[in-house]
Amino acid sequence: MSEMDDMDEGSGIIKKFMFLNRKAPHGTVYALEGLEVVLITAAFDQDVSMVFTDDGVYQLIKGVDTKGIEVKDFSKTYRALDGYDIEKLYVDQKSMDARGLTEEDLIVDVTVLSVDEMANLMAEQDVVISF
Amino acid sequence: MLHIVNKSATDRGSLESCLAMATKGSAVLLIEDAVYAVTKGGAAAAKIQAAAADLKIYALGPDLAARGMSGRVLDGVNVVDYGGFVDLVAEHKSCQSWL
Repeated sequence: MSEMDDMDEGSGIIKKFMFLNRKAPHGTVYALEGLEVVLITAAFDQDVSMVFTDDGVYQLIKGVDTKGIEVKDFSKTYRALDGYDIEKLYVDQKSMDARGLTEEDLIVDVTVLSVDEMANLMAEQDVVISF
Repeated sequence: MLHIVNKSATDRGSLESCLAMATKGSAVLLIEDAVYAVTKGGAAAAKIQAAAADLKIYALGPDLAARGMSGRVLDGVNVVDYGGFVDLVAEHKSCQSWL
């Protein structure tokens, strides 16, 4: 079997990827860089779930205006994710509650999960990548 | 004295360390991810409101706006712009940044 055949065979594998987002936007580069990696992964037709927990839930807040700090407002990119077939967005209920946030405050439709549900979701992944 | 905090209170302990060390009459300016602490319903809201009795609490407006938090600021917190940031630094004899 040639090397090319190996690659063709490998390209058909779809793995379950979870991207775990735990940082607020802007203060560090994690949120923006994570989003870039998610888009790349989706381009390879992988099964992508995005999870927002701890300060990561702040990434999805609507009503953002970044002009004053002169950085890119990437919050709109979350709304474009379904165009890349990324439709599995999950937020942690406990993290939302601790920050006084509800689904109404978020820029995209999400599924709200309990800690136990989140743990099960993580356990069934092939790959977990944390930002 | 002016204390400056830039890390989220739900991610790091720098706000708590700052509030423990800030003496009566001091100013505390929250910037970058620290601004989430002065938002209604947040985990640090009660701590900030208690601290506001003895300290002057400021938050940087452009950082609140960039995080979609402008409409959620707690009563008793003074929102300043970059000019106000400079004024605070100039008005106080010394600054401590809680990195």
